[in-house]
Amino acid sequence: MATVMQRIVKPKTQAAKRGLEVRAPKLEENDKVAMFIKGGHTSETITQVLKELYLLKKPNAITFKRKNIMRPFDDQSSIEFFSQKNDSSLFLFGSHSKKRPNNLVLGRLYDHHVLDMVELGVTHFRSMQDFPTEKIAMGTKPCLVFEGEAFEQDHKHRRLKNMLIDFFRGVKANNVRLQGLEHVLQFTALDGKVMVRSYKVLLKKSGSRTPRVELSEIGPALDLEVRRTRLASDDLYKKACKKPKKGKPKKVKNVKTDVFGAKMGRVHMERQDFSKLQTRKMKGLKRQAPSDKENAKKAKTESSEPSAQET
Amino acid sequence: MATVEEVLESVNRSQASKYKTIEVQKDIEPQLDLGNLLTVDQNPLELKKFRADKEVYLKSQARDNTQLLFNAIWKLPTERVEEAICVKLPETTTVLPREKPIPKVKPPTRWEQYAQLKGIQKRKKGRMVWDEELKEWRPRWGYKRANDETKDWVIEVPGNADPNEDQFEKRMKAKKERVAKNELQRLRNIARATRSKVPGVGLTPTEKPSKEEVGLALHLAKKSTASLGKFTEKLPKEKEAKHVGKKRKFEPAIGDFKKEKEQQLNIINLMENKKPKLDITKVKETQEEFLAMRGPPRKKGSGGFGKKGKAGKGKGVKGMGGKGKGKMGKGKGKGR
Repeated sequence: MATVMQRIVKPKTQAAKRGLEVRAPKLEENDKVAMFIKGGHTSETITQVLKELYLLKKPNAITFKRKNIMRPFDDQSSIEFFSQKNDSSLFLFGSHSKKRPNNLVLGRLYDHHVLDMVELGVTHFRSMQDFPTEKIAMGTKPCLVFEGEAFEQDHKHRRLKNMLIDFFRGVKANNVRLQGLEHVLQFTALDGKVMVRSYKVLLKKSGSRTPRVELSEIGPALDLEVRRTRLASDDLYKKACKKPKKGKPKKVKNVKTDVFGAKMGRVHMERQDFSKLQTRKMKGLKRQAPSDKENAKKAKTESSEPSAQET
Repeated sequence: MATVEEVLESVNRSQASKYKTIEVQKDIEPQLDLGNLLTVDQNPLELKKFRADKEVYLKSQARDNTQLLFNAIWKLPTERVEEAICVKLPETTTVLPREKPIPKVKPPTRWEQYAQLKGIQKRKKGRMVWDEELKEWRPRWGYKRANDETKDWVIEVPGNADPNEDQFEKRMKAKKERVAKNELQRLRNIARATRSKVPGVGLTPTEKPSKEEVGLALHLAKKSTASLGKFTEKLPKEKEAKHVGKKRKFEPAIGDFKKEKEQQLNIINLMENKKPKLDITKVKETQEEFLAMRGPPRKKGSGGFGKKGKAGKGKGVKGMGGKGKGKMGKGKGKGR
């Protein structure tokens, strides 16, 4: 009923109104924002993992600075509250304890209620700093590679694959710059573990138009083991995956493209008084009024006359 | 003497050997979702190579799969967008769950329905209106609006009005009433749109109910179960409410003798009446109407329905009789 409450509470400013529109359910949804949360106790490995994955997910990511003492598998209310406040539907919760060392809980929400949660243990981690190669720009859309039969056969791994795609896929894009395909994230399921590797793409010349792909590892490199899972029931998952019937695409006003493909738009300005325009002032170029000029001349001649008289 | 063709062939070969191939050989074709730049490779992983050198094997696998993905991407139609060559990606094929539920289509409001019926078109009104008094353009609504009657510093008292009445106050009150009415209508439209379950008896008649009203609402909600609230759970520290709900009044056991005599005699008179309490003809009429509405019972295929109908009829009559008895019974109780 959050939407009804939003409508009943009429916004008093335009900014508030726009904020509500952004958070309202829409046919075409916003890109999912992820929350990176630290638990009651964390190890250095986990904090580093969270930091680096946050950098991968930026700008659609929020990191929580303080530690939050909570247990996602026992009580989901605090996560749901955070999701409501930050308008985000993905989260990564990191903690460390003797029983569950280097624990990561990857989860996603539907309508601000927990949909799926998977607990992963980090068994091996190499930071981005351990790879001395050149890194990529923030916000690049990565290419995702999934390997291993487990991702198709095992139910939990299938759902995990879906969650990883949801988490890491980046901005929804219709066009992609060919030179901009720089990042590759590889997830391999083997021996009951999931290996995560991250590479930068180098395009080399090949005989044809399509280039030859070479990779250089940039990190981070994670070896994860799947611990507990809390997956959504089939009917809730189906409900969440429902697709809306596509209506008419929204017409963008005022924007036209001319014959040459240039985007044109009209800017409506009010009447301006050009003599009163705010520009940079250059004193030397100041135009003197004719009266001033005469005065100046008079002053000059007066000053020259006495000097002439003297001589 | 080498022929021209042989020379060309050798040149091609030397050129080709300079560049590494973009071909990748896989047993099972990986599934590509170009909209998401996704490759799913289902080939079994070679454990020997993996155990030998993990990182090298993973890197080679990644390279092969990325090469396949890029081969597919480079086949897509390109376009030039501001000095960069872009490729138009197709729709994504992986089904990912949504963030929020699909928005519900708002039902039209009462005015919108009426307008649709009458064929009234919406006419866009401009923001600025010419204010004749001030001889300038003012907004139609909002801050510093045109023709703002609440800002008049002189108001003529109409002939039939009370001389002691404050005309300014009257105008302010009228405006407040209009605002309140608008707000009420807006909320009603929202309620109608969401068709929120309107709470039933006695539940929160006002927007800000008092403690007693909330208590009553809670009590009624708890009792509205099939077992009349016997098994509704309580919160850990909740106290059972006493003296909530209607109080049933019973006559005292030894009270007004005259009244008691009258009541008992009335009952006996009713019983001895030749006229039944129920009008059987009326019952039959209403039954016929009901059946006419539903349609005559179908003969074949739903013989069961026909049977049910008959049984229903029978039950109906019996039920009515039973009800009558029940009423009589209750009457007895009152008489006591």
